[in-house]
Amino acid sequence: MPALIDRETRLLCQGMTGWAGTYHTDRMIQYGTNVVAGVTPGKGGTTHLGAPVFNTVVEAKKATGANASIVFVPPANAGSAMLEAIEAELPLVVVVTERVPVLDMVRVREALVGSRTRLIGPNSQGVLAPEICQIGVMATDRARRGPIGVASRSASLTSEVVSQLTAAGLGQSTTIGIGGDPIHGIGFAECLDLFFKDPETQGVVLVGEIGGTEEQEAARYIRENGLRKPVVALIVGRAAPPQCRMGHAGALTAQASDDADSKIKALQDVGVIIAPSAHLVGATMSEAFARRAA
Amino acid sequence: MQLHEFQAKDLLRRYRVDTPPGQIALTPDEAAAAARQIGSDSLFVKAQILAGGRGAAGGVRAVRSPSGARAAAAELLGHKLVTSQTGPAGHVVKRVLVEAGVAAAHEFYVALRVDPAVGAITALAGAHRPDIEQHLAAGAPGFQSVVLAIAGERRSGDIADFCRRLGLSGDAAAKFGELIARLHRAFVELDATLIEINPLIQTETGDLIAVDAKVSIDDNAMFRHAETAQLRNDEEVDLIQLQAQRHQINYVQMDGNIGIVVNGAGLGLATLDMVHAAGGTPANFMDIRTTAKSLDIAHGVGMILDNPRAKVLLVNVYGGGMQACDTVVDGLAIAFRKSGRVMPMVLRITGNNESFARMRLANFNLPKTECTDMWQAATRATAIAQGRA
Repeated sequence: MPALIDRETRLLCQGMTGWAGTYHTDRMIQYGTNVVAGVTPGKGGTTHLGAPVFNTVVEAKKATGANASIVFVPPANAGSAMLEAIEAELPLVVVVTERVPVLDMVRVREALVGSRTRLIGPNSQGVLAPEICQIGVMATDRARRGPIGVASRSASLTSEVVSQLTAAGLGQSTTIGIGGDPIHGIGFAECLDLFFKDPETQGVVLVGEIGGTEEQEAARYIRENGLRKPVVALIVGRAAPPQCRMGHAGALTAQASDDADSKIKALQDVGVIIAPSAHLVGATMSEAFARRAA
Repeated sequence: MQLHEFQAKDLLRRYRVDTPPGQIALTPDEAAAAARQIGSDSLFVKAQILAGGRGAAGGVRAVRSPSGARAAAAELLGHKLVTSQTGPAGHVVKRVLVEAGVAAAHEFYVALRVDPAVGAITALAGAHRPDIEQHLAAGAPGFQSVVLAIAGERRSGDIADFCRRLGLSGDAAAKFGELIARLHRAFVELDATLIEINPLIQTETGDLIAVDAKVSIDDNAMFRHAETAQLRNDEEVDLIQLQAQRHQINYVQMDGNIGIVVNGAGLGLATLDMVHAAGGTPANFMDIRTTAKSLDIAHGVGMILDNPRAKVLLVNVYGGGMQACDTVVDGLAIAFRKSGRVMPMVLRITGNNESFARMRLANFNLPKTECTDMWQAATRATAIAQGRA
């Protein structure tokens, strides 16, 4: 069974009737995802892509037994869409929307405390359990079922890494895009926890980059809980000019330890294998598996 | 969006944050007039540029009279100021702020920001020090912080405790706590990402005065701040970067000779790393956002074709669910046709609609080398840029 999503996942789409919602919901249905409802305020009672549309998440959940949501709502209302899904106690909420105001995400994080919801994103490509269930907007053509869990801060690099893993004969249990925004839902540490506990996952790839503290938190999680499966990490951005960093104003920008080298060191110190280059992630994981078998 | 010091202070005064008496001046005469009106014999003439490190770079001048203010303004206005944060090109000073000096009993550093590590607003404070940037970079040992919710204190007494930890008591603690509450309200209402007061001066009588202020507003929240949006400063980002952003492209000019076209920030960073490892030098960083259409992409590619330093185009594209390969190829074709410049191109294109994109590519008859992986493409582009291929 993959982590986070499986054959029992019943998905509702917040913002399904918009252009992006329509396009991607159709793709997810084609992939085999069980889309049970859409939510668009004012369009309740209609049907879209064969699924009933409701005015609110609570109504949709009650009528269809939905247990996960994907949010396509534009930035101005994405925050309230997330709050609505959290209030409706949906166990999983995946947010694709980019450019959500950061203080709206602080409000969402406050609502998440003590809630029953696990939030992925925003600015995430979503969660994919290859050949089983897609909640997101990612490329799916190279993804195959298998033993590797992938957690990533970058959609484009996830596709790249998945493609390399599949070419190396290593399919994926689940891929999770934690999103590219500074304030988001689950992070690398929680992904590691999910993957370490998931019996199908036998190895993990983390795709990190400069800025923030996700990689350090992953290292801390491993230090406290042990390295229970081989973990390969790719950290990009060593050659980036300073303007490529997230948020750069004021003296406070100059945060220690958010550069590539500190992140690599933190992960290496707890036994994570660092992929030497972005084109060698599949090969690095293959070697790690071969060493383990030997 | 970054604001100038004077704009930041204008906003903060609405939240009853005290600042020294001051006026903005566009000419030396205006600076002299401002000094006369302020009527103090301790004055500062401060260059208004969107970068820190002004003091050390000579952008803040202490003067004693209107004629001194005029002379200082004449030296600053219209001239480039190069600070530790501007880069070697510096920023041209278009305005100066003439301000009364304030006698300090104590000086503090105070900042509110959104802290990604805790997912909340954090206030940070400590004694002001000249090496503040290095001190913050080293994790600000000895400074105190408090985590704040959107509504204010997470637990009643958090701010009072924060003031106690700063070594304040009695009236001083009350005033400092009040200031933090005002800054917090400003932060939330303005959709700020950073408010930095450095220094915050405590006078002999115990008043707190913001002598310098930096405010950044969340660009993603600008849709609900029409009034603040009008404060946007042209000099904030270079025009190239601004133009690119209008076309859904993040673009940073660099000084190498390999033009880079990539979709996605992570893949963009990975491509820079690889070019670097191959011994090449990138002419730019590019991240084509998923919302960009082929005409937007053409604009971004056109910016590289317009860059005389760029010798070769390295295209590294992974077509995803939101942006297929053919969209990028169309953008390339439009840009080449518009520019007329024949630049060698190394392509690595894979993912969604890959074969269709390849068919379109063949039809466009562009000068190109195709590679199957990123590393091969990076080394090949480097060889071409260095005249080895």
